[in-house]
Amino acid sequence: MRIRIANGRLIDPANQLDATSDLYIADGLITGVGKAPEGFAADRTIDAAGLVVCPGLVDLAARLREPGFEYRATLESEMEAAMAGGVTSLAIPPDTDPVLDEPGLVEMLCYRAKKLNRAHVYPVGALTIGLKGERLSEMAELVEAGCVAFSQANTPIIDNIVLMRAMQYAATFGFRVWMQPVAPFLARGGVAHDGEVAARLGLAGIPTAAETIGLYTHIELARITGAKLHVTRLSSAEGLKMIKWARKEGVDITCDVSINHLHLSEMDIGYFNPNCHLVPPLRTQRDREALRQGLVDGEINALCSNHTPVDDDAKQCPFAEAEPGATGLELLLPLTLKWAQETRTPLVKALACVTSDSARIIGSQKGGHLSVNARADVCIFDPEAYVTVSRARLRSQGKNTPFLGLELPGEVRYTLVEGQVMFAPT
Amino acid sequence: MRNPQLNGHGELQHLLSLDGLPKSVLTAILDTAEPFTEVAEREVKKLPLLRGKSVFNVFFENSTRTRTTFEIAAKRLSADVINLNVATSSTKKGETLLDTVDNLCAMQADMFVVRHESSGAPYLIADHLHNTARHHIHVVNAGDGRHAHPTQGLLDMFTIRHYKKEFHNLVVAIVGDVLHSRVARSQIAALTTLGVPEVRVIAPKTLLPTDVERMGVRVFHDMQAGLKDVDVVMMLRLQNERMNGALLPSPQEFFKVWGLTAEKLAEARADAIVMHPGPMNRGVEIDSAVADGGQAVILPQVTFGIAVRMAVMSMLAGS
Repeated sequence: MRIRIANGRLIDPANQLDATSDLYIADGLITGVGKAPEGFAADRTIDAAGLVVCPGLVDLAARLREPGFEYRATLESEMEAAMAGGVTSLAIPPDTDPVLDEPGLVEMLCYRAKKLNRAHVYPVGALTIGLKGERLSEMAELVEAGCVAFSQANTPIIDNIVLMRAMQYAATFGFRVWMQPVAPFLARGGVAHDGEVAARLGLAGIPTAAETIGLYTHIELARITGAKLHVTRLSSAEGLKMIKWARKEGVDITCDVSINHLHLSEMDIGYFNPNCHLVPPLRTQRDREALRQGLVDGEINALCSNHTPVDDDAKQCPFAEAEPGATGLELLLPLTLKWAQETRTPLVKALACVTSDSARIIGSQKGGHLSVNARADVCIFDPEAYVTVSRARLRSQGKNTPFLGLELPGEVRYTLVEGQVMFAPT
Repeated sequence: MRNPQLNGHGELQHLLSLDGLPKSVLTAILDTAEPFTEVAEREVKKLPLLRGKSVFNVFFENSTRTRTTFEIAAKRLSADVINLNVATSSTKKGETLLDTVDNLCAMQADMFVVRHESSGAPYLIADHLHNTARHHIHVVNAGDGRHAHPTQGLLDMFTIRHYKKEFHNLVVAIVGDVLHSRVARSQIAALTTLGVPEVRVIAPKTLLPTDVERMGVRVFHDMQAGLKDVDVVMMLRLQNERMNGALLPSPQEFFKVWGLTAEKLAEARADAIVMHPGPMNRGVEIDSAVADGGQAVILPQVTFGIAVRMAVMSMLAGS
């Protein structure tokens, strides 16, 4: 299948390209940018006039809920959501049931995903068996099975000696460690940022110090062990300050932020909205402003959806009892565009946060850019269209998001994976 | 954002929290309660305002006192009262909160009086009733987690008004475990809304919420300094499980530093009143000499509580 994407505004952050140009695809690869390869005869031409053509999005955290939580979501439903959201590569956190701590499980997940022939999956293996923070997982075997990094998802390691050994072992092979920094005892029992809103609503708080103290521990251990540390879901201004400090100290560290923390604060909890029960918690408006600026400045390296589909039964509970998490795959692009508009960030820079930069963190050379011979994963969207987020429109099985009812910029028109059109207007 | 407590006409639809209610509504409830205090003194202690209505006391957390006063209030208004101790029944069998609510709706409930251990639970119920267009059913929060206990806050305001007449010239101190107290949050919301110029909280740092001053209170850690020249002292109950551990070293030390004794009370104005939401821990947060002394208005609080709850229920039923 040879496809010509004609007259679109081609934005390829990896190559610093933002120009009206044609894109040529053959046999699953990009074969020409601007200029058709010799003898190219298109089987199909997609008219992208007025649309943006960019690399398919690379999401650093998308829970597909398989195995174990199929009542919340399935690979099928979430892959459809990914396609509708223009997301073509997904890093999968290990907190499935059973957790991704066995090579066989990881192989099965990759096999199932490949069979569906939608987004590429990049499993993040469990750093410790069962995420229990006691015994190391078989990291070398897990990488062979397809894991791109190791993480504890939302479950912190309580024993710092285990954390240090795990980072040492990962560093032995140069494996990346993706950690959500949290001092476990400071966060224990908390459900919202320990501040004004939690005080007023009588919710148990998680202080910012849970993040900063956890972060300091991780930074120090990364320095000692030489592990490549990626900090996931940064939530506070103070945390960002520590990341900058660590870089000055020469620690090899990257970090990401979620779409929720980029746009929301504790104030959005309103009257106990369970959709705003998230991990880490939404913090103050000052924190949100710092995170938005950090992403503009490039101090935060990537933006992710932190897609966590939760079934209604688990959300229709009092705030503290509601399962944390929100659906996000289909909102990643619109909320990237919204942030770009509000901060006047050029599109080529904004899209880097969800394409080339996130691909670099995964360690994928094939995705996240539109160079000749790159994998033809493409997202084509209308930047002028506005779409209202509604339960009916969300393809994900998880219908819970704090953004329900909001009108957001950007509508995905086509999603291509390895040169095949997987999502198109009906 | 829709205020779930008020209907389209600005009338009280549910009573969920005192935070977010305008002064006019709070004053209207207190005014409505005034004549109800006399009902108890009549030979026939009944009014027909809720005749034919079913009030369900749904208590997901154990309570005797609050449930009883709600029951008395509803019965004095001629309602049919059904007491459900859900803490020991359906939820133990795995039924969800909203399933319980739906079942009670199917039994033609007109009003739910809800106590729940989780902050915000009554909001979830009110939201569910709104989404399912059951606008004729009202919810009264009888205490949710650490969040709110609005009828307690209102009866405290009624008591203060009864003894002090006005709010705008008072200094009020709230003493004790503010962090875990839904009563304190409701008191602070009501006092600041009703125009009390100085609301103080007195507690160790371990028993104060982060950013508590953002609620409009002055923070004191020293009991003597905090009680200086106050008109009203509102004591809070200290739960047993918080007395020994990382929050406080011991009940003895708490009493020594923050327990209300006659000596400490002498710092307050001579005509200061002493309040307590009950049940009291004598010798922990309050000395018996004070609890039984001339400045204590703890038992009148309980009596006024019935009138205030009658006022709330009759206003809801009339909206």
